[in-house]
Amino acid sequence: MYDITDYHEATSLAEVFKLAAADPKARIVAGGTDTLVKSWAEVPAFTGIALIGITRIPELQGIVCQEDGTLIIGALNTFVTIEHDPLIQKYTPLLSQAVSLVGGPQTRHMGTIGGNICNAGPAADSAPALFTYNTTCEIQGPDGVKNVPIADFYRGPGQTILKPGEVLTRFKIKAGDYQDFHGHYTKFARRNALDIANLSCAALVKVQGEQIRDLRLCFGAAGPTPLRMPVAESYAKGKPLTDATLAQIGQLCLQDTHDITDWRDTKAFRDHLVTVLPGRDITAALRGA
Amino acid sequence: MKHEINFTLNGEAVTCAVDIRKSLLEMLRDDFELTGTKEGCGVGECGACSVIIDGRTVDSCIYLAVWADGKAITTIEGIAQSDGQLAPIQAAFIEAGAVQCGFCIPGMVLASDQLLKDHAQLSRAEIRRGLSGNMCRCTGYQKIIDAVQLADAKRQADPKTVVLPHFKIEQ
Amino acid sequence: MAQKHIIGQAESRWDAIAKVKGQANYTGDFPIKNLLHGKILHATIAHGYVTSYDISEAEKVPGVLKILLPEDLPQIKYSTAGHPWNLEPKKRDIEDRTMLTRHVRVYGDDIGAVIAKTPLAAKQALSKIKVTYDTYPVYLTPKQAMALDAKRIHEERDNVIASTAVGFGDVNQGLDEADFVLHRQLHTPVQLHAHLENQVATAFQSEDQRYTCISSTQIPHICRRIVAQANGLPWSLVRVKKPFIGGGFGNKQDVTIEPLAVAMSKAMGGKPVQINLTREESLAYTRTRHAIDYDVKLGVKKDGTITALDMQVLSNQGGYASHGHAIGGKGGTFINALYKMNSLNYGAKTVYTNIATAGAMRGYGMPQVIFALECVIDDAADKIGMDPIEFRLKNHQPDGFYNELSHTKQQDFRIGDCLKQGPEAFKWQAKVQQAKAFNQLQGPTRRGVGIAAFSFGTATYPFGLETSGARLILLPDGSFKLMVGATEIGQGADTALSQMAADTLGVPFESIIRDAITDTDTDPFDTGAYASRQTYIAGYAIRDAAEKMRKMIIQRAAATFDIRGEFMDIVDGNIVSVSDGDLITTVKDMAQASYFDWQTAKTMVAESSVNIHNNSYASGCTLAEVEVDLQTGKIKLLSLMNVHDSGKIINPLLAAGQVEGGMAMSAGYGLNEGLVYDELGRPMNNNLLDYKLPTTMDLPDLDEIFVETKDPLGPYGNKALGENPTCSPAPAIRNAVKNAVGVGIDTIPLTPESVYDALQAAKAPKGVS
Repeated sequence: MYDITDYHEATSLAEVFKLAAADPKARIVAGGTDTLVKSWAEVPAFTGIALIGITRIPELQGIVCQEDGTLIIGALNTFVTIEHDPLIQKYTPLLSQAVSLVGGPQTRHMGTIGGNICNAGPAADSAPALFTYNTTCEIQGPDGVKNVPIADFYRGPGQTILKPGEVLTRFKIKAGDYQDFHGHYTKFARRNALDIANLSCAALVKVQGEQIRDLRLCFGAAGPTPLRMPVAESYAKGKPLTDATLAQIGQLCLQDTHDITDWRDTKAFRDHLVTVLPGRDITAALRGA
Repeated sequence: MKHEINFTLNGEAVTCAVDIRKSLLEMLRDDFELTGTKEGCGVGECGACSVIIDGRTVDSCIYLAVWADGKAITTIEGIAQSDGQLAPIQAAFIEAGAVQCGFCIPGMVLASDQLLKDHAQLSRAEIRRGLSGNMCRCTGYQKIIDAVQLADAKRQADPKTVVLPHFKIEQ
Repeated sequence: MAQKHIIGQAESRWDAIAKVKGQANYTGDFPIKNLLHGKILHATIAHGYVTSYDISEAEKVPGVLKILLPEDLPQIKYSTAGHPWNLEPKKRDIEDRTMLTRHVRVYGDDIGAVIAKTPLAAKQALSKIKVTYDTYPVYLTPKQAMALDAKRIHEERDNVIASTAVGFGDVNQGLDEADFVLHRQLHTPVQLHAHLENQVATAFQSEDQRYTCISSTQIPHICRRIVAQANGLPWSLVRVKKPFIGGGFGNKQDVTIEPLAVAMSKAMGGKPVQINLTREESLAYTRTRHAIDYDVKLGVKKDGTITALDMQVLSNQGGYASHGHAIGGKGGTFINALYKMNSLNYGAKTVYTNIATAGAMRGYGMPQVIFALECVIDDAADKIGMDPIEFRLKNHQPDGFYNELSHTKQQDFRIGDCLKQGPEAFKWQAKVQQAKAFNQLQGPTRRGVGIAAFSFGTATYPFGLETSGARLILLPDGSFKLMVGATEIGQGADTALSQMAADTLGVPFESIIRDAITDTDTDPFDTGAYASRQTYIAGYAIRDAAEKMRKMIIQRAAATFDIRGEFMDIVDGNIVSVSDGDLITTVKDMAQASYFDWQTAKTMVAESSVNIHNNSYASGCTLAEVEVDLQTGKIKLLSLMNVHDSGKIINPLLAAGQVEGGMAMSAGYGLNEGLVYDELGRPMNNNLLDYKLPTTMDLPDLDEIFVETKDPLGPYGNKALGENPTCSPAPAIRNAVKNAVGVGIDTIPLTPESVYDALQAAKAPKGVS
């Protein structure tokens, strides 16, 4: 049994706001693949509290492409839905590939993309792709709607800017952020399934002939939050697609990553991988082009 | 605190006043005495507690019991035919020698059955990916994958043996 | 006459149907009225002493019934190792623990317990108990625990709990005579059993005022003895029932939670109490495979002669003795079993430390020593420029070798056949050529192939007592109830043993009825599932009982039909004439008469008990093919094949399943598995996300072949197979990696970081690294 005090099934956002106002300590739960695990492990703030379930709220579902090409992804889409969604596969295939590598099938059936981001784990598989697409997070609360770039959504490991009662409702990706881009994601983990990344890297690249027009890189598990690589990205613009350029991109990433040593790997090895993965991802992305 | 929920369990409409703190796994085992569903880790890492909810393989240990409200759930006790005849995937597991200690088997059989339903045909690589949420320490997975391939081959050879559809929610 | 073909048939296991239907009851599945739940308070330091407990807040948690501290329970010291009891006190396992302790020797040590109405209430109470400790220095390795100023982990004995040396010849002279001397340090990790069913036990007072313990144990009869000893009860006051068990792999050959479960029930006036370990507890706080360090010197001549092997072994025992030196001390015999050499010195020390207690795990020390041996053997072949298979073919022990270290003649020892047939089946030469061609492409990855061989004993003779019993009851319809103390733990023992009974009796496999439960009150004595012993030792018992039963049936038929017994045979359940095969009567008719004939009714029960004083040595090898990423150190296992010399294969389907499971376990051992500690002795990865058990996507298809013969001693021509498959895959993979990248790595698991570091070190100028 979970050490929780009550459970509310919300059927609309308005109901969430009401429930949250009545019980500010209550925690929102979506697919449960993170929240319930933390509750079971007695992580403070996940026990002795009420849960508000939001998976039956229609406003949080759906994946649509607006007329201006903006892709709107409801926060409650599961990883399986996102992996197989025709719009995602057509416009943002990097995201489809990334979420296909989350945990195992059971986790991908229940886990949601919104939950993955709100959980704010540095190694979340959906995050690097969303970062490279310059995704906007739509947040709704009792006071209205706000739109925040995903890079500003994180405050630290496990921490976001969400205030009690606020809900991450959908993700928005503008046409200019995916058109003509090619992407690839590497999850560097010890197993090929049921694992968490020791380091992960998403690359989104646009080329003209043999020249890089635009490059976006994001690492997971290379710092307290997913991290874009501004130094390497700005260096890459206009550079020829050569092994030397790719190697230099990798080297420059070290200026923006903050690898640490833990029981999984040392900082030295992670730093080495940081120099290797971007070039491999760019090559793989363009191989699929 | 208890919530009353209604759902379909192995084809039968059921009602349960369930403690909101319980996982689906605990409700199935304690309230319905369906102990075929096993707990291996409690946190969604091993797949031993897998059940089918509305056609999706889910870890019942990290699924709140109250979430079952309105859903159709199939457990290992629900896939043989009503006269006790084994489902093709169950028969294939026996024939291929896929069963050893058997603790992962209920989850493995259900995940395999759903995988067959979701794909008209399966490669070994697809079977491996489809079962990658179910751990086994006895078999090295070899004969489990063989069993799914065997069931797949049998239904290709004889479409009448197509795995029976899972129980649908009564509308 | 029709031949009896039950041995060697791929019979489906009798319990498979129940298991695919979710019908098989494991310990946690029995409905028990008013069940209470026990949970253990685990220490949050690795070495020290509990100076005080504050249970005031915990007692207030609704549903909490009792909190037990060490002094509330018997202070009788006992051993948890699943070995037969020894009448000689000096030869007993070290008795160094109590059920609960204030003296903390490992992180997670059992320092208290809570009994509550629900698991959640017990869990909440645990989190509210405040403990204060005196902390002592933490020793993670044998070297730290052996330091001159190291504190004794158990006051009554040195941290080195045993030190032995075995061998022959003059090793120093042998090393002097060698053309090359290889000197290596090798290290193996703390591997975990990770059976899918965690330890679980339910204890209650039965109607007869004794204690019943339903438990997921590999050793029901030994479990009864240890539960009784720990609780200070006469042995007969404890009854152990073992239902289906969700894997054990040696972890459940230690009696970990059962004594406490009974103590909890006693504390509650006999009410039923269940201890159901969490995955985190089962992984970190039960038993592990010993991490062992090897310092090896091997002398070899240019012609391939091994002049000397000196192996110095440090076995990390963890906080309690458990199986102790039986594991680290055992390698010398099996090195001698496998290879010829002029001299051998195998010196082993087993040392207490403050990591988790190591115990039995599938292979029982052999995966470690074979890893060390087969790395160095392979490197020696490289050193003299000899093909690794040729080097092994030159040096392996011949069939019929008398092993002086175990006083055993290795009859029908077929390692040579394995080393010949294996590479052929694996297409070794083709794979070598393919790897060469692949590597010439100079891409980011390299391919290679590797081999490793092993030897393995069957059961524990001459080191351990080997007894077993069997009982056959003829039922009224001509079927037989087979009762054994040998334990089904998922490996298929019940099915193989039933095949043996059917084969000797001359009846169909389906005529043998087994039981899902082993019960110490009613089943014959057998020490349990370990040492790959059951088809061998229990096999003799079953053969004896079946021969007796067969004789009784024939005697009845002889009396009934006035035909001499030697003129009759039982074939497929029919009693037939030996001379022409004509039907005389059926086992069923004789069974009916034995129950209901007015004049002669006398039911038939055959009983046997054996004490076996022989051992048949098995052997085999593994062939592996890998691809190594030079930039990331990541290894992809492309193919893996095991080759086994295990005598007659009783059931090829079950045997293949055993082999594949063992291969997967050893592949994990070589590539990815290992419990990791921080400097304070806290386990870092005791969950299935962080402990890297292979998934379906981490293994290739697994192949196996059997070099099948009939062992002259084994009851059905069979010898060990259960543990053998875990011995050689890890070193074969290591040797394949070496073949791919030119660097032999002597520490497993071969994680990407360790492989990458080794490649970098090999590139560095000599003398720097």
